[in-house]
Amino acid sequence: MLSYISDNASTLLRWTGWHVVLSLAPLFIGLALALPIGWLANRYRLVYAPLVAVTGLLYTIPSLALFVFMPLILGTQILSPVNIIIALSLYTLALLVRTVADGLASVPDDVTQAATAMGYKGLGRLIRVELPIAVPVIAAGVRVATVSNVSLVSVAAIIGVPQLGQLFTSGFQLQYYTPIGLGIIGCVILALVFDAIILGVTKVLTPWRRQEATP
Amino acid sequence: MINQIIDWLTDPAHWSGTEGIVHRLVQHLEYSAISLVIAALIALPLGMYIGHTGKGTFLIAGIANSFRALPSLGLLTLIVLVMSGSLPFSIAYLLPTVIVLVLLAIPPILTNTYAGIQNVDAEARDAAYGMGMTGGQVLTQVETPCALPLIISGIRSAALQIIATATVAAYVSLGGLGRFVIDGLAQQDFPQMAAGAVLVAVLALLVDLVLIAVQRFVVSRGLTGRYARTTASSDVIEAESVNTLSTAR
Amino acid sequence: MIVSAISVRLKHMIRFDGVSKQYPDGTKAVDELTLEAPTGQITVLVGPSGCGKTTSLRMINRMIEPTGGRILIDDRDTASMNAAELRRGIGYVIQHAGLFPHRTILDNVTTVPKLLGWDKKQARDRARELLDRVGLSSELVDRYPGQLSGGQQQRVGVARALAADPPVMLMDEPFSAVDPIVRHQLQDEFLRLQDELGKTIVFVTHDIDEAIKLGDQVAVLRVGGHLAQLAAPADLLARPVDDFVADFVGRDRGYRALGFARSGEIPVHAEETVRLGSEVSVDGGSADRWVLAVDSDGRPAGWVDRASSDDTGPAEGSRLHRGGTTAKQDGTLREALDAALSSPSSRGVIVDADGRLLGTVTAQEVLDLIEARRSDARSGAGAGSGTG
Repeated sequence: MLSYISDNASTLLRWTGWHVVLSLAPLFIGLALALPIGWLANRYRLVYAPLVAVTGLLYTIPSLALFVFMPLILGTQILSPVNIIIALSLYTLALLVRTVADGLASVPDDVTQAATAMGYKGLGRLIRVELPIAVPVIAAGVRVATVSNVSLVSVAAIIGVPQLGQLFTSGFQLQYYTPIGLGIIGCVILALVFDAIILGVTKVLTPWRRQEATP
Repeated sequence: MINQIIDWLTDPAHWSGTEGIVHRLVQHLEYSAISLVIAALIALPLGMYIGHTGKGTFLIAGIANSFRALPSLGLLTLIVLVMSGSLPFSIAYLLPTVIVLVLLAIPPILTNTYAGIQNVDAEARDAAYGMGMTGGQVLTQVETPCALPLIISGIRSAALQIIATATVAAYVSLGGLGRFVIDGLAQQDFPQMAAGAVLVAVLALLVDLVLIAVQRFVVSRGLTGRYARTTASSDVIEAESVNTLSTAR
Repeated sequence: MIVSAISVRLKHMIRFDGVSKQYPDGTKAVDELTLEAPTGQITVLVGPSGCGKTTSLRMINRMIEPTGGRILIDDRDTASMNAAELRRGIGYVIQHAGLFPHRTILDNVTTVPKLLGWDKKQARDRARELLDRVGLSSELVDRYPGQLSGGQQQRVGVARALAADPPVMLMDEPFSAVDPIVRHQLQDEFLRLQDELGKTIVFVTHDIDEAIKLGDQVAVLRVGGHLAQLAAPADLLARPVDDFVADFVGRDRGYRALGFARSGEIPVHAEETVRLGSEVSVDGGSADRWVLAVDSDGRPAGWVDRASSDDTGPAEGSRLHRGGTTAKQDGTLREALDAALSSPSSRGVIVDADGRLLGTVTAQEVLDLIEARRSDARSGAGAGSGTG
């Protein structure tokens, strides 16, 4: 395995880089969209049910199918990494809209009212009071989305988009265990590293929860 | 392009025969159903046992986190490669695939069953024991019925996971609807590929709808919140969001 | 107290015999508790949090196993019985009712009869009868617990505990999760029900007022699970054994003790009245400015101030001062005193069982009566305090 790594170091490094980009870019895009939409879903309960239904619908579409749809909808090349980024952004968004809405809903009413009584309003109250309290719930969703993304990205290897998933396809074609094992280990390590980073950021953002055990 | 896909789908020749849509659909459902049943047979009792007794909770956290990180394509290629050489040709691809599908379907069912049982109102459980129910009666008459919403959403996640991964399994020479995607890709036949994707998406959607209907049917109206709803604690929301929407596809 | 004289011959339904509960980390929840809960009576365990009252209750139906001593029901050691069977014979009511959210009200109530293998029809008929008895209308039986208010849920909890007609009931703060008005309602109905049923009840509460109101006997526990005092409510108020009990029973215990003293045939003065709606004579002659308005059945409606300059006209509407309470002649000294203190004329209105005016009494007269009772009690000590 070590000789395989040293022989293919530059390719492995490039694939890892792509894997990181393809996993994280959708996370940021998805989260950036999910925050306002989730806020809307929580603020206007009427849109909650339809929003959750629509995003749930998105979530049922198998990843390979969604990757194939993307060029059709976006007019991109089938091999373009943009397809993967957009498709995974949709999954992330689907998962996080509900998480953000539920997270904001988990803010106790008396806290919101106390904040309003002290003079917070609108966006200020959202950013200074509600979002921080919702962080644990949102972070739990972000962790799931991130770890899922790392695994989903590798499926794109079937279509031929370069990243660590290529190790599975080439290993399978060559009937060669080493790249497959390496790919699995690489994916798991990436997922664990991302997970640890999110966990760390959550802890920094929620100092009042530090005494509690993490789930 | 859309027209080409519709043409492909409406061509009767594409529906019949061993390479046809009907046959592929039946295959897909077959692998999925077998895997889901096996996974449920393993994960349901285990989750009920852990939730009821509180023993082995470390399994839940460990399994939920590590399995989600495992790339399904990697697992698929590895297990097929390891096993196929030593298996008779007829099941050389099926058995390893089913193993992978079961492995991926266990975590959502297991964690949701556990969380569902564990989240049962402590007072209801206390009252059940106080009225003279045995442990088994508490589990079957109180805990499990109350946990059904979460259990079934775990099964839904597992079913979607299985259908998605079974599509990917066409890459390792398995039948099913994924064949159209993989073959279309290999033959540069984009309409076939997209039609396959449409079929898979529709199948996933229909299966999910069927399971939602089952959920409506078996879950007590007292729990569905179609009446008065008590506000869920943040812990429950956290567990629900994580568990029901979990898993890669 | 006739009951105590007889109960010597009766067997005691529930007996704690040196019962202790010590947890593995060494903390003692209950320490050598010896206590008898007599047949057909309400025994209330009361004390601050951490006094082991709930632990003691839960040891009776073995939801918690004692680490020392024995608990006997009808002289049978509970430890020798099958826990599930033991519990099926004991009604169990807890704070938030603990109803099964997935079952209808009717199915909740039939739980224990079903566990006991009753016929389905018989169980349902019994459940309907009980739900009616605890004051729930029949249209609620097919609803789910989530559709009921806290007070309604608690009634279902009581009905469910009574379903298999157990001789013993355990109640753990059953009324503390509802608002005060509903709580008083539930307490009153509970007492009425107990009058009919005569169950042997052990009742846990942290609320001394509830304990005094409901208990035939009250056990005050102190932190660490020690029994501080076991007494009838009136005795507890009159003679707390130590500072802890005195403090726990509360500051105005002297006043509250009056709630247990019957006023008996309290002598009343005839009161000048005016018929509701008729003109008030401004010149009251020898009487003072306040005159009592009564309705056509002779029930008091309110006081009228005939000296009032800005309010004239017939004795009705806003001319009536309704602030005063009334006391029944066979009620308690507390009611009589309160009637006098709350009356604008300083004369407390005393009524008969149907609410018709009998006459009035002044606060001083009630106080004199209280004094007379006290000296009676001192000279005739041991004659009993008369709660039963």
